[in-house]
Amino acid sequence: MGADPASQRIGWVPAPRQGWVAPHIASEFPGLGVAWVEVDAKPGKSPESVRRRLRDLSDRTYGAQAIRLRERPIPWAYRVFFRQIGLDPDRTRTPVEQLTLDRLHDGGFRSNGMPRDALDIAIVETGVALRAFDAEGIKGRLCIRDSAPGESLAGMAGEMAKGTLAIADGKRPVGLLFGPTAEDLRVEKGTRRIAVAAVQVKGVPQIAVEEALWMAAATLEAG
Amino acid sequence: MDGRGDAGGGLTTIFRMPALLRQEGFADPGVAVDEREARLQLRRQIARLEAKLAGLFGEAFGHAEVPHRVDALAPAPRVLDLGELEEIRDRLADRVAEARGVLVERRRVEDENRELVERMLAAPRDFKWVRVSRQDLGLHGCGHWHSRPRLGPIGMLMGWWRVKISSGCPLAGRLAAVDREGQARPGEAGRGS
Repeated sequence: MGADPASQRIGWVPAPRQGWVAPHIASEFPGLGVAWVEVDAKPGKSPESVRRRLRDLSDRTYGAQAIRLRERPIPWAYRVFFRQIGLDPDRTRTPVEQLTLDRLHDGGFRSNGMPRDALDIAIVETGVALRAFDAEGIKGRLCIRDSAPGESLAGMAGEMAKGTLAIADGKRPVGLLFGPTAEDLRVEKGTRRIAVAAVQVKGVPQIAVEEALWMAAATLEAG
Repeated sequence: MDGRGDAGGGLTTIFRMPALLRQEGFADPGVAVDEREARLQLRRQIARLEAKLAGLFGEAFGHAEVPHRVDALAPAPRVLDLGELEEIRDRLADRVAEARGVLVERRRVEDENRELVERMLAAPRDFKWVRVSRQDLGLHGCGHWHSRPRLGPIGMLMGWWRVKISSGCPLAGRLAAVDREGQARPGEAGRGS
């Protein structure tokens, strides 16, 4: 997938692209969506500015906030969606809750290098669920759909159970919805272009999704 | 009366009932049931219950442990059917009811403790050595109300009782000193004071 033309960029960050949701899934889950941006960036150590931002974020995140997190609209929306798709949000944590718990456990947001730091900052600031893929492996538009019989996720043993909700590209599933990513699409040493995808659920405003994508992409580009 | 006629000799509908029950059309009335609408309704109920449970969890945290876990129904995310959504809704409703019960019970205990403190303050002699902490009243901090005699044994003999209100949490410096003392004398650690 090539770089976006300059006309499609907001400032120095590419404009988000909207994915699609299979119609029968969209009718079950109004408000479900996927959007993503692609950034020319390599994985690696985070610059000092990003690490400082993580430290600032750590100073702003307290235990009391963690307890009340699930009452805030966006984290609550993800918890509800987890329940609705059969997951237990106290076991399979929503991204923002997982990061907040890690912050309390570790005493601060640890730097894990790029692109994870960029995603962590955007997730904690906005509450929106983000994930990264190796953009060069994505064929066509991203979508959310249920798995077809016989489909499997690269790197995972066995076939996916029929009806499993997944993020897919034009050809195959690229990751389980709020689950593992296909092995060959993980961001690794050889990655040169990163796709940051946001999963939107009912109750998460579009502006929050755009802000999260913008924040993650800007941090990645700055790094 | 055999069910075929009423007192006036007229036929009743009961007479025709066996024939009606035999008709296949009765088992399948031919009305398409829109389960999707029911599923959407259940999802809305799940959302409301999750909000209530989150509120109760936050309210109880630090005071009481409320049951809030609802196990996953699926190992991987998928569209749940009507029965599964009902199960989650019911389990969430159970957790909300249990959490409310725990909080109500906790408030009752706190109210009782509040009354106890008032009675202690009014008549310390009637509550010898009784100690109520701030936590027992649902308050933050480390203070407590303790009914004890003035001037130690003399007060005990004379019946001079009072409620002593502690000054709060120990200072960090004092706690550190206790730690240092414990490290310096490991042989004495764990001995009662």
